Amino acid sequence: MLLWILVLAIYAAALGHFGRAMSARLHGNVLAVLAALQVAFTSYILFSSNPFNRLDRPPFEGMGLNPLLQDPGLAFHPPLLYLGYVGLAVPFSFAVAALIGGGADAAWARHVRPWTLISWMFLTAGIALGSWWAYYELGWGGWWFWDPVENASFMPWLASTALLHSAIVVERRESLKSWTVLLAIIAFSLVLAGTFLVRSGLLTSVHAFASDPSRGVAILAILAVFGGGALIVFAWRARTLAPSGAFSPVSREAALIGNNLLLLVATGVILIGTFWPLLAEVLFDQILTVGPPFFDLAFTPFMILLALLLTPGASLPWKRGTLRRVGRRVRAPAALACLVGVLIALWRGGLTAPVGLALATWLVAGSAAELIGKLRTGAGGWMLTRTRTADWGKGLAHAGLGITIAGIAAITAWEREDIRTARPGDRFEIGGYGFAMASLERREGANFTAITAQFDITRDGQLITQLRPERRFYPVAGTRTTEAAIDMGLLRDLYLVIGDPGEGGAVTVRTYIKPLANWIWAGAMIMALGAALSLIDRRLRIGIASPRRLAT
Amino acid sequence: MLRSILLMLALLGSPALAVEPSEMLDDPMLEARARALSAKLRCLVCQNESIDESNAPLAQDLRRHVRMMLLDGHTDQEILDDVAYRYGEFALMMPRPKGTTWLLYLSVPALLLIGLWLAMTQLRRRAPRQSDPELSASEQQRIDSLTKDVDHPRHRS
Repeated sequence: MLLWILVLAIYAAALGHFGRAMSARLHGNVLAVLAALQVAFTSYILFSSNPFNRLDRPPFEGMGLNPLLQDPGLAFHPPLLYLGYVGLAVPFSFAVAALIGGGADAAWARHVRPWTLISWMFLTAGIALGSWWAYYELGWGGWWFWDPVENASFMPWLASTALLHSAIVVERRESLKSWTVLLAIIAFSLVLAGTFLVRSGLLTSVHAFASDPSRGVAILAILAVFGGGALIVFAWRARTLAPSGAFSPVSREAALIGNNLLLLVATGVILIGTFWPLLAEVLFDQILTVGPPFFDLAFTPFMILLALLLTPGASLPWKRGTLRRVGRRVRAPAALACLVGVLIALWRGGLTAPVGLALATWLVAGSAAELIGKLRTGAGGWMLTRTRTADWGKGLAHAGLGITIAGIAAITAWEREDIRTARPGDRFEIGGYGFAMASLERREGANFTAITAQFDITRDGQLITQLRPERRFYPVAGTRTTEAAIDMGLLRDLYLVIGDPGEGGAVTVRTYIKPLANWIWAGAMIMALGAALSLIDRRLRIGIASPRRLAT
Repeated sequence: MLRSILLMLALLGSPALAVEPSEMLDDPMLEARARALSAKLRCLVCQNESIDESNAPLAQDLRRHVRMMLLDGHTDQEILDDVAYRYGEFALMMPRPKGTTWLLYLSVPALLLIGLWLAMTQLRRRAPRQSDPELSASEQQRIDSLTKDVDHPRHRS
């Protein structure tokens, strides 16, 4: 929570500095809303959980940080996530300022976009890191659990993705203004709702930390005042944001509306699924669980539709396009995607993998085709200068999504798992890899004791790597953890975990072969990189467009 | 705060030891069904984990129970129903569609329909009106004269 305030202060300061190009009125209003948020959170922290309170008796060894959390991957996860989370306060402030000061125009959107991009970038990276941490640390290679707290970070991500896209429409076409303002409000309200969810402990979760009902109420109050307040202002002032600019149902605008529709419906589905146990308990006196099977079923179709829409949507012209021209542009990626899908269906069968990998090809090839189309000049030559950095950003981000989809599809469809007891000297074979346990030893670590097994892994008789999975015991915290040993590869991860030794020196060994596992996070990082590229481009253009520069 | 972290730790326990080799069935088909089923059942004493992932003793008992029922030749649905009967709807990761839970399932298509409707009205309202006047001959001429020098009219997208 201290971090939250620090981050908010950094954003406000940055905005104060970089935002001088804005009209004074907009700038003032935005900063005022941010300041109000800052006051609310500072008083919240002071009154409900003052971090400067001293403990009566300092604990002897310190409390000992949870060993699961003693990991660099996790050290970066919360700050990144918070940078993204809190960053959404800026578009929110812009939205409220636009409502108060009257007027969201192209200039407004131009200022909102970079801030949204920054927080989106951090949010993407933060979620990916968290998921990656879960993958290698929790000991069985799960990377997404549809846990309430994950949903709490995922919903703002979806909403800010939608916001990012609709702000483009405002910037370029001055359409969808009131919708964009509403989206900014929704995105930040989801952040607040997520914070409430995490802090209140209303829903049990593996992540629930520092949960305490009284703090929950305080955050709920902040949510009610800011979210509710903003919505009231929106209802009151939305009419001042008169729409302008007509476009046909076949146009970039319409495609972006489709993107927003799918993203927001998906957000809504997750929102309902996350809060349903709560609602059911309060309204119908039923205690039930809404778990991963529900989310998988309800969420996946929207993502498939979104991916299908993305490639033609991204290549549509503004205002008015024809299906025929779009068809011509996406012909090559579509053919390639179908080919990949059919080949994989013939090779391995199933449904998840062919569909997922075909979609991934569709996205990556579609982005590539669009960039190539932009690079090519009318005379048949090639020109690098014809593309803007933002085009590369867009292409990269969309291709990154494709890569993530490929990873998810492959790991879902093709993961191999093996559970057995083994003792030193045993050898087994899974999916073409030979695993031989060479030794099983006890060792002392810095603040733990561990049992370490050593495995020699062979493929076609060749030793390819050695892995040392560990089982650790931390005496200070009194807990055991599992250190998975992972051989990461481009096409597959080998993932080994051991359990506590049983009778006769045998341990339980879990072996997983996870195809394309790294693609999930690599894709997310590529998306974040794409955002960074667009950011570079945009900042330059804002500088050029700033009225102050023109005046001097 | 620290206390709750410690509590979480205690509850989290050691996360790696879920399904033990001794529990597993010999028949790979049945074992696969057992795994799929246990992913759909919630560990009642854990924090939002399925019994497939959990190593709490209760989860282990439940896993054994599922496998016993499978060996007795019950169908997947019968087993889910049985566990729900014993431990309540809470034990199912995906609540059965009945009673008020229908609302949950119906909310998904309902949301989609509302969204579609909103998007459609937007699209219709924003569609260029048919009555937009065509360019007159003199206007067209002026455009032609203005764009004459441009070799490659470039689409800004």
